[in-house]
Amino acid sequence: MAHDMTADAAHAHDEHHESPVVFGFWLYLMTDCIIFGTLFAVFSVLRTQFAGGPTGKDVFELGGVGIETAILLLSSITYGFGMICAHQNKVGALRGWLGITFLLGLGFLFMEIREFSHMVAEGNGPDRSAFLSAFFTLVGTHGLHVTCGLLWMAVLIVQTGGQTVLSERMTNKLTCLSLFWHFLDIVWICVFTFVYLMSVI
Amino acid sequence: MADAHAHTDHSGASHGSVGSYLTGFVISVLLTVAAFGIVMAHSFSPSGTIAAIAILAAVQVVVHLVFFLHMNTSSEQRWNVMAFAFTVLTVFVLVVGTLFIMHDTSINMMSR
Repeated sequence: MAHDMTADAAHAHDEHHESPVVFGFWLYLMTDCIIFGTLFAVFSVLRTQFAGGPTGKDVFELGGVGIETAILLLSSITYGFGMICAHQNKVGALRGWLGITFLLGLGFLFMEIREFSHMVAEGNGPDRSAFLSAFFTLVGTHGLHVTCGLLWMAVLIVQTGGQTVLSERMTNKLTCLSLFWHFLDIVWICVFTFVYLMSVI
Repeated sequence: MADAHAHTDHSGASHGSVGSYLTGFVISVLLTVAAFGIVMAHSFSPSGTIAAIAILAAVQVVVHLVFFLHMNTSSEQRWNVMAFAFTVLTVFVLVVGTLFIMHDTSINMMSR
């Protein structure tokens, strides 16, 4: 792709003021924070209600959680590198980084679905105890957000195809998804700390 | 924190550099490894472990906000930070209030 020719155009485009679109999306993320805050509160209340079923120590495998954490963290900086390319109008490189981020996100989701299906197959599904209901609701909601983020990323990879200069509108879309993606990583920090690690202490 | 907008072409723009992303990434990896290590090594008492990993998580959230979401104290970011501060307060009331009420209820109902 001839994206290198347009690298100089980056100087021409002025973006000192954050778009109201991005601020609006930030406000949406803040409400999303409250959803997760509520789910974390629910989990904290129900974390010891095992109903004679398995405890966190029995069902969680820290190795898998560690790999999931590593994948998500890595996908955060690959998206970040993509945004740097976007601000320099290197569309080809941007799409490459988005592709890598997409694959990492898919890997994360794959591991999470595998973990969930193992638990359900062993009879430790969300219907087993209040602890597991809260666990599946909280972690499942995060997984659902990751799924939406991946759909959004796929759409943006398609939409940026064939472009040499990114419009302001497209840059805003990419910025919003970057906030969303980094936000999901922040939620995951709380998930692996307060759900997984605290349950196995 | 100045790293988060160490950018040559736009002075006020807040969208990181390769260096700031890598800095954030390395700090996050260290904090994550520390959290998993503390839990797996059983080196502290249970309550000490909980306190330690909670602090590590809080620090990592701040690292992500600064290096990945480019939150800073510039005037451009003022409303983002205000909205965030209000959200933190709301979530705090929500979580601590829920835990307090449910704990109090379970004591009064003698369910424990």
